[in-house]
Amino acid sequence: MEVPGVRLKRRTFLGAGLAAAAGVTAISCARSQAGASWRFFTAAEAQTVEAICAQLIPSDRDPGAKEAGVVNYIDIQLTRPFRRYQGTYRRGIASVDAASRCKFGKPFVELNSAQQIEALNAVEEKSVAFFDLILSHARQGFYGDPRHGGNRHMASWKMLGLPFPPVRGRQHYEGSEAG
Amino acid sequence: MALKRVHAVIIGAGAGGGVVAKELATAGLSVVLLERGKWHSAGDCRKDDLFNQRTQVLGAKFGPDDERNPRVLVDEHGRESVVVPSDGGYSNNAACVGGGTFSYGAMAWRYMEKDFRMRSTYGAVEGSTLADWPIAYDDLEPYYEKAEWELGVSGDDSNNIFKAPRKKPLPMPPLPPSKEHRILLPAAQRLGLHPFDIPMLRNTVPYNGRRSCMRCRWCVGFACELSARTGTHNTVIPAALATGNCELRTECMTREILLDSQGRASGVAYFDAHDRLQEQPAGLVIVCGGAIESARLLLNTKHRLFPNGLGNRSDWVGRNLQSHSYAGANGLFDYDTYDDLGPGASIAICDYNHGNPGLAGGGMLANEFIRLPYQFMANVPPWVAPWGLEHKEFVRSAYKRTIVLMGPVQEMPLFDARIQVDPKVKDHWGIPVARLSGTRHSHTIEIGRFLAAKAEAWLKEAGAIQTWKRGFGKSLSGGQHQAGTCRMGDDPKTSVVNKDCQLHDVDNVYVIDASVHVTNGAFNPALTILANAYRASANLLRAWKGSKAA
Repeated sequence: MEVPGVRLKRRTFLGAGLAAAAGVTAISCARSQAGASWRFFTAAEAQTVEAICAQLIPSDRDPGAKEAGVVNYIDIQLTRPFRRYQGTYRRGIASVDAASRCKFGKPFVELNSAQQIEALNAVEEKSVAFFDLILSHARQGFYGDPRHGGNRHMASWKMLGLPFPPVRGRQHYEGSEAG
Repeated sequence: MALKRVHAVIIGAGAGGGVVAKELATAGLSVVLLERGKWHSAGDCRKDDLFNQRTQVLGAKFGPDDERNPRVLVDEHGRESVVVPSDGGYSNNAACVGGGTFSYGAMAWRYMEKDFRMRSTYGAVEGSTLADWPIAYDDLEPYYEKAEWELGVSGDDSNNIFKAPRKKPLPMPPLPPSKEHRILLPAAQRLGLHPFDIPMLRNTVPYNGRRSCMRCRWCVGFACELSARTGTHNTVIPAALATGNCELRTECMTREILLDSQGRASGVAYFDAHDRLQEQPAGLVIVCGGAIESARLLLNTKHRLFPNGLGNRSDWVGRNLQSHSYAGANGLFDYDTYDDLGPGASIAICDYNHGNPGLAGGGMLANEFIRLPYQFMANVPPWVAPWGLEHKEFVRSAYKRTIVLMGPVQEMPLFDARIQVDPKVKDHWGIPVARLSGTRHSHTIEIGRFLAAKAEAWLKEAGAIQTWKRGFGKSLSGGQHQAGTCRMGDDPKTSVVNKDCQLHDVDNVYVIDASVHVTNGAFNPALTILANAYRASANLLRAWKGSKAA
């Protein structure tokens, strides 16, 4: 029987980890730039999701969901653990646009900010399941680990004043009065 | 093809199974320990706040995986759905060597004397199957001590005047107090409460060849990078293997217990890591899969003599599913209370566990484990808008200025809060899955409201400028602290195992995990599972040696 991990030499282990980390970063950064293709969303859907998330977590003096690449997180996860939500998203995005057209005669992305908020208020009441889903996904993509495609440049962690690098422990303990 | 016969096969390498494996192997029995998950190492401590055992939005890091392990949940409105481990209603507990103890928060509580005598203390509670344990605290006391010293517990409960008597102090001191601890301690004292340092299965000084806690923020839900947090994976299981008498087989999913024509167990059938069906003959079968999976295994074991599942003649297998309903409060302060020191939880009171007017029990209160940013979403008060600038501004300004106090309410068991096997849905291996149904007892909810108010009062005394309660509803309670589904008792008509944890129906099958808890205390159950596993192992070995002598 083998205990996983222990037979790898530390250097091999670290090297493998760094290579993997570098790969992930390259993939994450390639998205949501001009001409980039999405994994699940159509270009129009991605724009709508980005605009919805920008209202859920707006930018102010700190970056918001848009700057942090939250749509990228959602797009990636919809082809992975969130596959089962693909239908909910497809229908949900369509319903947001339908609500926008019905109320203001334009798709969601073309509304001004006040109109978008009004449209989302309606969605929050009428499409509870989709709204709750995209809200929790937006929070995950904004506040969660950047390795999953969101929280670009650790935007939210910097906003909260969490020390960098995120793995502290040892250094912190040694420098702490409580240590 | 059958494998070589052994004295005992143990299903599940968690808190219960780990201890039993070590005790039996040390006594010279040949043991096979089957675990459906993997053996993770400290090197698997990836600091991922979305993919771990505490926050499972992208899956349960230490198992089981979403793809192969569905369950069916019937909610409080009778709606039925297929759920996967990363869904809240699944009631997941880790599937790996060490089980829950591999990635838990590691609180190491002894239950109180009254926790074993709930029915005698409070009388009947309408609609509840509340009962006394067939054993008393005194029966367990020597084994609590054994667990504390053999695995290693730190803390200092000398100021807890409500605790049951202990013969020996804890082997390790508590960690130095965090900022939160220093704020909460004098406030509790001013209120006349009795705060103390939580006992934890965590090294605070080097112990048993392992290092001490470095107080990182990646604690509950994560592997411990230093292996300073203690579970069965880094104590009793390696000790069992070191005897040479125990073989651990990982990624092995048990299908059923094999029974001979007389209805006695002859071994188990399981799928190995390559999905091949294997038969492991054994003289003793010891079920340690946790309250949901242990009940499922018994119910999936059918025989001419046991058409409704093994041990289920009286229809008690899978009944009385209980766990802990957490109630408490959040407090917002006008200064930073957060110092980023793990593990977070450190200070507790037991002033409200018992003796609360009009209530059949109560709960311990403690500060919450350290929070990661996404986890903080649960700490936003109900009056803050759930999205938009207001929400973001609250998170930004309050992240380091909140303290959470919570405690596990001792639940009133319900006969209809239960595990069955689903008639239709099967897992990856074709085994019928667990079907969860039922609700919480209304009195559990009442106790929760009481405890939340006490938490709020403590936070206010500590100087919180705003407080808000946390509670729970009627939905079924399960999760990591799952218990109760194979009740221990003297009467075969109202219980599944006897006080030695042996099935009433079949004398060579045992259930040794939280399934046997009659009630589940108002504390994290790990130390009680460990202690009871030591006790049950000792009794089992005494009987086994007796049968050899005869």
